Amino acid sequence: MGFLHQRRGLTPYLLLAPGMLWLAVFFLVPLGFLIYQSLQSGSIDFGYAFTWAWGNYWDAIKGYRGEFERSFEYAGLATLIALVVSYPVAYWIAFRGGRWKNLLLLFIVAPFFVTYLIRTLAWETILSDRGLVVRLLTDIHLVSPGGRVLATGTAVVAGITYNFLPFMALPVYVSLEQIDQTLIEAAEDLYASKWLAFLRVTLPLSLPGVVAGTLLTFIPAAGDFINAQLLGSPTSHMIGNVINSKFNELIDYPAAAAMSFILMAIILAMVLVYARAVGTEKLTG
Amino acid sequence: MTSVAVEVERPRRGAFAGAWVFVRRHVLTVYSLLFFAYLLLPIGVVVAFSFNHPKGRFNFTWERFTLSNWTHWNAIPGIQSALELSLEIALIASLAATALGTLVALALVRYGFRGRGTTNFIVFLPLSTPEIVLGASLLTLFLNVSTPLGFWTILIAHVMFCVSFAVVTVKARLIGFDRYLEEAAMDLGANEWTTFRKVTLPLIAPAILAALLLCFAISVDDFVVTYFVAGSRVTFPIFVWGAARVATPPQINVIGTAIFGIAVTLMLGNVFLQNRRTKRA
Repeated sequence: MGFLHQRRGLTPYLLLAPGMLWLAVFFLVPLGFLIYQSLQSGSIDFGYAFTWAWGNYWDAIKGYRGEFERSFEYAGLATLIALVVSYPVAYWIAFRGGRWKNLLLLFIVAPFFVTYLIRTLAWETILSDRGLVVRLLTDIHLVSPGGRVLATGTAVVAGITYNFLPFMALPVYVSLEQIDQTLIEAAEDLYASKWLAFLRVTLPLSLPGVVAGTLLTFIPAAGDFINAQLLGSPTSHMIGNVINSKFNELIDYPAAAAMSFILMAIILAMVLVYARAVGTEKLTG
Repeated sequence: MTSVAVEVERPRRGAFAGAWVFVRRHVLTVYSLLFFAYLLLPIGVVVAFSFNHPKGRFNFTWERFTLSNWTHWNAIPGIQSALELSLEIALIASLAATALGTLVALALVRYGFRGRGTTNFIVFLPLSTPEIVLGASLLTLFLNVSTPLGFWTILIAHVMFCVSFAVVTVKARLIGFDRYLEEAAMDLGANEWTTFRKVTLPLIAPAILAALLLCFAISVDDFVVTYFVAGSRVTFPIFVWGAARVATPPQINVIGTAIFGIAVTLMLGNVFLQNRRTKRA
């Protein structure tokens, strides 16, 4: 009996071993190497050596403060817009979708089936200087004649919003869908107006989805550089653009590693504060 | 279900309130339809411009209709090998990640053990790390231990970021189903392995398939992490990235459209199967 018990005690670890080992070696250990790299100094010609070069962090913050701020500004804006834009639709599918729910959800995730880079290039086509959107906005005087949308911060935020919209809409839908309809009926039976019932019952109950959606949108958005590269200009570049060019073009590894670490640390801190504020302990499932 | 109170209350609302509710209901519908139009607009552009015959190097303005992009889909040097590499990586990575992820999910749901919370946290962490950090940190690992970048480093990276998705997908299904089925099998004398093969596996098969498809889709689409660890190898997204700087041949749209078509067909099939299953139940 004791032997059997011991074997059962070992089984979960055997099941975990391959997957968790993979994550440990190729996710956790690399984070350690990222820090190690960020404290190196030297040059591409003579090689880099570990010297506790804390200066890399100061240089990153001092030199690229604008890009850092822009990353979080754009990501925050895109997250907010995505929430406002997709909440009504998630509501509509959850409560009015009927037997079409699954099909409508398929529409929501449809953008994900087009390669990320290709759908961003499609926005480049749509927002291009001679495209329909610019002409329309010029006609209603939102864009001055000869003005452009492409290569502006607006285009970057629009692109980020579009690209991560399903990440917002899906969790919000799931939490709305799980709401017990009789609770809303009860509120209305107790003479709450539809609007009040929504504010006091539906909205609070959908908050877990809103929290999940904002995180799923904000985190990838803050690290994105594709939208800023394809739809923006150097004045709308985000920290992701700097990290990418330092790693892959300028081969300035220590600086790029320091920036990556700062980006991750800020995001992690924001997520923790946010999770604490909304009191969701179930984030990790 | 509605109680007496509602029946008493309803006439009191009056015609105006009724009309307001009616209008509002339709406002939401109209808004939702506009939302879907916005969501699908770029997809329409991708599909339409796969039939375009662009004048210059860039496929940004509509010139005239042609089918030749489709019949000569691999006429651009490098595009076919890039697509092949992407598919090969996605196939191997999705199989490996789903296998690893299924085992982790089984351990997490079926067993209580020390370190369960930590395991959950480590699985969740890659999902909440920006891709650029995943790519950057992997690159520093490969640089510092002098691993040559290429096929294997791409594969390692793809398995890494797919594992968490596989765990989450299979876990959701495992939590959902009845434990008693497994206990019944054990009571009837089946050992753990037989129970797994004959009871658990058939029950979670749909989730495993879903995890496979999800991992495949994420892998084929990935650009950021791949770009950091690919060295000189070119996957399809990297090909698009490189092309976007100097030219955008319509063949890119052709492949984008084809991938979209295949994915939607698979998903529609899944929706159809689910609807039939719920109807039968």
